[in-house]
Amino acid sequence: MKFDTPATTNPIDQLKIIGKPTDRIDGPSKTAGTAPYAYERHDIVANPAHGYVVGSAIAKGRIASIDLTDAKAAAGVLAIVTAENAGKLAKGSLNTASLLGGPEIQHYHQAIAVVVAETFEQARSAAELIRVDYIRAEGAYDLAAAKNSAAKPATDEDPPDTAVGDFAGAFATAPVQFDATYTTPDQAHAMMEPHASMAAWDGDRLTVVTSNQMIAWGARDLATTLGLPRDRVRMISPFIGGGFGGKLFVRADVLLAALGARAAGRPVKVALTRPLIFNNTTHRPATIQRIRIGATRDGRITAIGHEGWSGDLPDGKPETAVNQTRLLYAGANRMTATRLAVLDLPEGNAMRAPGEASGMMALEIAVDEMAEKLGLDPIEFRILNDTQVDPEKPERKFSHRPLVECLRMGADRFGWSKRSAQPGRTRDGRWLTGIGAAAAFRNNVVQKSAARVRLDPRGVVTVETDMTDIGTGSYTIIAQTAAEMMGLPLNKVVVRLGDSTFPVSAGSGGQWGANSSTAGVYAACVKLREAVAQKLGFGSADVVFADGEVRSGNRSAPLAKAAGDSGIVAEDTIEFGDLDKKYQQSTFGAHFVEVGVDAATAEVRIRRMLAVCAAGRILNPKSARSQVIGAMTMGAGAALMEDLVIDERSGFFVNHDLAGYEVPVHADIPHQDVIFLDEVDPISSPMKAKGVGELGICGVGAAIANAIYNATGVRVRDYPITLDKLLDRMPAVG
Amino acid sequence: MKPFTYERARSPAEAAAAAARIQGARFIAGGTNLLDLMKLQIETPGYLIDVNGLALDKIETTPEGGMRIGALVRNTDLAADDRVRRDYGLLSRAMLAGASGQLRNKATTAGNLLQRTRCPYFYDTNQPCNKRRPGSGCAALGGFSRQHAVVGASEACIATHPSDMAVAMRALDATVETVRPDGSARSIPIAEFHRLPGDTPHIETALAAGELITAVTLPKPVGGKHIYRKVRDRASYAFALISVAAVIQRDGSGRVALGGVAHKPWRVEAAEPDLPRGAKAASAGLLADATPTRENAFKLLLVERTLGAVLTEARA
Repeated sequence: MKFDTPATTNPIDQLKIIGKPTDRIDGPSKTAGTAPYAYERHDIVANPAHGYVVGSAIAKGRIASIDLTDAKAAAGVLAIVTAENAGKLAKGSLNTASLLGGPEIQHYHQAIAVVVAETFEQARSAAELIRVDYIRAEGAYDLAAAKNSAAKPATDEDPPDTAVGDFAGAFATAPVQFDATYTTPDQAHAMMEPHASMAAWDGDRLTVVTSNQMIAWGARDLATTLGLPRDRVRMISPFIGGGFGGKLFVRADVLLAALGARAAGRPVKVALTRPLIFNNTTHRPATIQRIRIGATRDGRITAIGHEGWSGDLPDGKPETAVNQTRLLYAGANRMTATRLAVLDLPEGNAMRAPGEASGMMALEIAVDEMAEKLGLDPIEFRILNDTQVDPEKPERKFSHRPLVECLRMGADRFGWSKRSAQPGRTRDGRWLTGIGAAAAFRNNVVQKSAARVRLDPRGVVTVETDMTDIGTGSYTIIAQTAAEMMGLPLNKVVVRLGDSTFPVSAGSGGQWGANSSTAGVYAACVKLREAVAQKLGFGSADVVFADGEVRSGNRSAPLAKAAGDSGIVAEDTIEFGDLDKKYQQSTFGAHFVEVGVDAATAEVRIRRMLAVCAAGRILNPKSARSQVIGAMTMGAGAALMEDLVIDERSGFFVNHDLAGYEVPVHADIPHQDVIFLDEVDPISSPMKAKGVGELGICGVGAAIANAIYNATGVRVRDYPITLDKLLDRMPAVG
Repeated sequence: MKPFTYERARSPAEAAAAAARIQGARFIAGGTNLLDLMKLQIETPGYLIDVNGLALDKIETTPEGGMRIGALVRNTDLAADDRVRRDYGLLSRAMLAGASGQLRNKATTAGNLLQRTRCPYFYDTNQPCNKRRPGSGCAALGGFSRQHAVVGASEACIATHPSDMAVAMRALDATVETVRPDGSARSIPIAEFHRLPGDTPHIETALAAGELITAVTLPKPVGGKHIYRKVRDRASYAFALISVAAVIQRDGSGRVALGGVAHKPWRVEAAEPDLPRGAKAASAGLLADATPTRENAFKLLLVERTLGAVLTEARA
């Protein structure tokens, strides 16, 4: 199905099942422990051997020699794979560094070997017996030091430079000017389930059970890496214990399980250990961001500029932190610039809302600062500079942009009017309290997505697509979509996901999964409806699917009857035309946060949070809310504690476990509210939905930073905002 | 994890004798720290002596009116004990500020005292660490040292002791009771139990080879207000940046120990007469001769301000 004109009324608009708060259909199996994850798929791979991954002890250089003698002789060892004996390996198109290093080492904890043994303990014990001599090379590990050598990134996605009007001239002559630099640190996905895979060979056919957000990308890149034809690799990943972008790509676990299984001549399973994950896999790169805003005295932006610097390994990608600044606020004169330095840290890559998550952390503090400079309320300053068109191309409208409504509703519900405009004025016992706000913004991306639906003689519809559920609720919204389309209750729909033998979906990334994958299921169901109507001899124009029946005029038949003895199968792909070129599609919101800052210790504790979101039709308000509160929590971590600390002497993230890399716990996150505006966006898809899984993290960090400023009068521009950055400017104790 | 031999001890004296006799033996009780370290091959004992069956799990009143806490009393039980809550509130509060419910259910009184540092370089076997591999150097010096010691550190080690419980024990003048391999008992004042790193940071306590902790005793209650204030970035389940354990009397006199600032729970009795003069005076004495790094210098101000808040709370 081609989607190239705005959606009109369709069966989804019935909203009998879509749009209703619905429990996860996979909830009971997850709660009961019967939803199997990659490392425990002994139903598919019986009696696997265990692989233990050895990471490089240096960040950059070469392996001079590697001595496996003692390790090979250790109890239970079946095989050891290194770059020397792995055979020829290519690199997947989405990997920057090699997944098996050696002799060249590209980053700390890059995998250099996998030890395969009968038990995990034997493999781990033998791994300690591998002796490696390294030749260290000098590396670059400090973004600030490398900033001046940063260059325009070679990328076909986002332009390194954008310019409209005369930014320099307009900024120089603006009556009110603001110019500040912000930093965000490297951050880890820190998902609960580690990267884990099982691999089994049957001749030259490879089956991997893994934890991966993008099955088609993964199967393709794994085949490429191993030099296999694409159709020799089957990838299965039905349940994923969190990914956040860290599992968009094949990583060392799956490659080394495959290589280990080939070497050992039997299936092998590999999980990355927690201390390895932080340096072995990908992370959200640190940024340095300079923001300049020029405005008239009454608060109209005349010039806005955003420059961003980040680093990555050679041939890596930038963190595109400036992108939202091209779209979020009005202003005739604009510029953005993205620069990329070469760093020899582990590979930087996507983490939940890449670009906007980091960019909004800076931009939405800058807007708060500029509002104060102008003597304006920061909500009113944002509203004053709203735009309903793409500021770079005024002829191009937003498909729907209720940012102002989000801000006003949030301000009303949160009690914004009670906020003291003067910082440092509100006290509650030992706490200085403050309120902060920020806009939320994340682009809506649509991706081609296919699905297969089968109606069986029992009247059950089974949906198959390689879409993944990374904890987001994909199973449930896909079931809701098929149930709505076919006039069935949810319990008559079976959803099967995450298998490369299924039609290729959008996958889970960039908050495009929900809207795109359900649109694919919609397309397949449209075909199935046509096939059913034809089978029953009904004219398809007036046919109605409801209550397990198919009705046309005064005729009706049970849906199951159309299935006959052999069932009916339909498959289709939703393909998106150029509506996203004609219209700018984005999701919007507003974050409101109240914090308390301990007057003596400067410990920051969040008191309450509210997000108002406008993200098209909300397919399942229950799982969508979970997505938003999860993203708000992740944003709280980014604002207050998450920081992959670099040892700049030896080039690695030092705090590489969950004791050292702190993410929020329950005690950090008190009351959270989420409000969804009642919105449909027919430009986006037949579902009229948009992404929501990443919107919730965009801006929340700045809202927290602004609340801390409101509480204390101390402006911190370097995340995370830990107490040591506030302490010497706190009021006298006692 | 290296293969190891496991045996259950039958008496404290036998356990101590076996530990002294067998090269590389370690006692194991709750295992909340040792097992993690074994998985990472930071600790590689060839022999584990399980002391869980030794019936050292009672809390008793001493003839002097104090309290004798068996080495195996679990942190959860000790923190919840009515007498502890009434007479040694500091201890209960310190324990509840540490770890998680699950860990406290397993962790023992003796094991808590013997926790090893959480220095990230100690935890990464690729990095030099004089504590893990004596003579290899200290990567934390000149490295990531935000959590590290500001007083009593050495050129060989700037690690901190991670315990909350031990800080309260230090303020309460606890005594560590042990049995030695020859079967004799000894009492070690808590002040002498933990060592400063010096040039042997791998030797962390006064325990001799094989010596087993059997109990910790507390003198009779001293009254006063018991305040444990743990400061950290994350609201729970995090080690202290610094902590203040204080017992303050109505006249403003008192005692105070600090966590998160040194290789051991930090108390300077000579500074305590300054407590009635306020936090600035007292912390000047507590932190005299501090040698912070650039990354942890904030702890000096943090101690002073937190102590100030504690003294304010004590007066309230």
